[in-house]
Amino acid sequence: MGRRVAIVGVGQTYHKSHRPDVTSREMIREAVTAALADAELTIRDIDAIVIGNMDHFESINYVDTYSVEGSGGVMKPIMKVSTGGTTGATVAIAAYYHVASGLFDRVLAIGFEKNSESDTTGAIITCSDAIWDRFSYSGAIPSLATEATAYMEKYGATQEDAAIIGERDRNNALNNPFAHLRRPLTVADIMASPMLAYPIKLGDICPRSDGACACVLAADGVAQKIARKPAWFKAAAVRHTYTWFGDSTDYNKGLVSMQRASKDAYQQAGITKPAEEIDVAELYLPYTWAGLKWIEDIGFCGPGEGVRFVRDGNTHMGGKIPVNPSGGVISTNCIGATAMLRVAEAAIQVMGRGGKRQVPDVKNALATGFGGCFWSDVVILSTERP
Amino acid sequence: MAEWLKDVEPLTLKGRIAVPYSWWVGDTGSRFLMSLRDDRKILGTKCPSCGTVFVPPRKNCGRCFVDIEEWVEVAAEGVIEAHTIVHYAYPVQPVKPPFAYALIKLDGTDVGFLHLIKKDLDKIKNGLRVKAKFKEERTGSILDIDSFELI
Repeated sequence: MGRRVAIVGVGQTYHKSHRPDVTSREMIREAVTAALADAELTIRDIDAIVIGNMDHFESINYVDTYSVEGSGGVMKPIMKVSTGGTTGATVAIAAYYHVASGLFDRVLAIGFEKNSESDTTGAIITCSDAIWDRFSYSGAIPSLATEATAYMEKYGATQEDAAIIGERDRNNALNNPFAHLRRPLTVADIMASPMLAYPIKLGDICPRSDGACACVLAADGVAQKIARKPAWFKAAAVRHTYTWFGDSTDYNKGLVSMQRASKDAYQQAGITKPAEEIDVAELYLPYTWAGLKWIEDIGFCGPGEGVRFVRDGNTHMGGKIPVNPSGGVISTNCIGATAMLRVAEAAIQVMGRGGKRQVPDVKNALATGFGGCFWSDVVILSTERP
Repeated sequence: MAEWLKDVEPLTLKGRIAVPYSWWVGDTGSRFLMSLRDDRKILGTKCPSCGTVFVPPRKNCGRCFVDIEEWVEVAAEGVIEAHTIVHYAYPVQPVKPPFAYALIKLDGTDVGFLHLIKKDLDKIKNGLRVKAKFKEERTGSILDIDSFELI
């Protein structure tokens, strides 16, 4: 058993389609400065740093080195972790491991991306197997669209059902001053948007954003002195299935990596009834259909019950388990930071610092990361020291 | 010959990934490049904490981790701190060989400035003074300085 660990400070940039005023390194510093200010610490208090982004997105392969002026990593232990879409969550989990190990008391976790600097799809296809999958099924949209059609076929879900997720998250983003897209989007808007790959329309899919996020993690005994209300790690789980698209998802079984990661996380946290015991969730939903299907895989409702669960308002603000008070990935997607934003926003909810997007009386918050060939990270944070 | 090669032809799949990038230079770097382009002047920034003058300019000091606001014009000449003379050709190199890569400490700065020396390659030595030669047609690039030349 490792040491208990909590998030004691979070920082993020104001996310935008492009940031001509700063380089990646300078943008990273904005998030780091905000996180340190939130924790009322200085860079001198930080013992180690974990940083990550998407390989090939800015053509900077050694961001741990490249970023030191911005991350504060000059002459400190710093390493890069990059796992595709899950990167931000994996970086947070790696920072958690750092502190839990007992070797470091205060660790900074950083995720960032400047999508505006490259061709997202051109870069993202390098996640898939060069020989077998890359040139036939690449980029985020086709594989997700295939998952969606399988779900529609099996459970009779409609495009309007999925569009509710987009409307919900984009509406939530109005409460988040940091969100990239802060204009409401209705079900009708989404239905009228151009078809990309059936059934995914432009309004169903996440944007490309520039932005960065940083979290300060601290060890038991240290965390309580830094934060009035630390967000304690109750669970952290990482699951990868296969890298072959055809193997990685049995569409009738669901998103297996998310199911397994969730199950592991609930066991770690001692949670038996997720929908009752989790108070808010920040889910990496890169497209609207994920908001129906993956909540089944996470266990908020049973298989095939996603549409009913969402239509009954359970996942809206004020519902049983609000999903994505921040506006989620549909509203902001600086990819290497995206999964960390889920963890950071979950921490914000636990710490009670959400302002207009705060869900009342949060005890347990769940965050997910999703990436590449259908793999998953799950983190559960809590007001309760485990 | 390896045994398996008798029965199996070792195939490869040909691929090429060409990802176009446009890196935002940012407000600090853009101001530096504009000054090269428009005024033939080299600008640096000075850390308010340790006093280091950086060129190219930095928005913050990595070591002190403080914002940098102060701009200083630095000399277009300085001293060769270290160099190498390149004899092989490669597509990423900015000019054809032979040429020298040199770290030049411009007067009034505290860090080396990486640039090229194209002439008098048989005469250059560390410690010698060099001066920037600007291109006539400038585009807002570090290569608006054509190269450095011995004084």
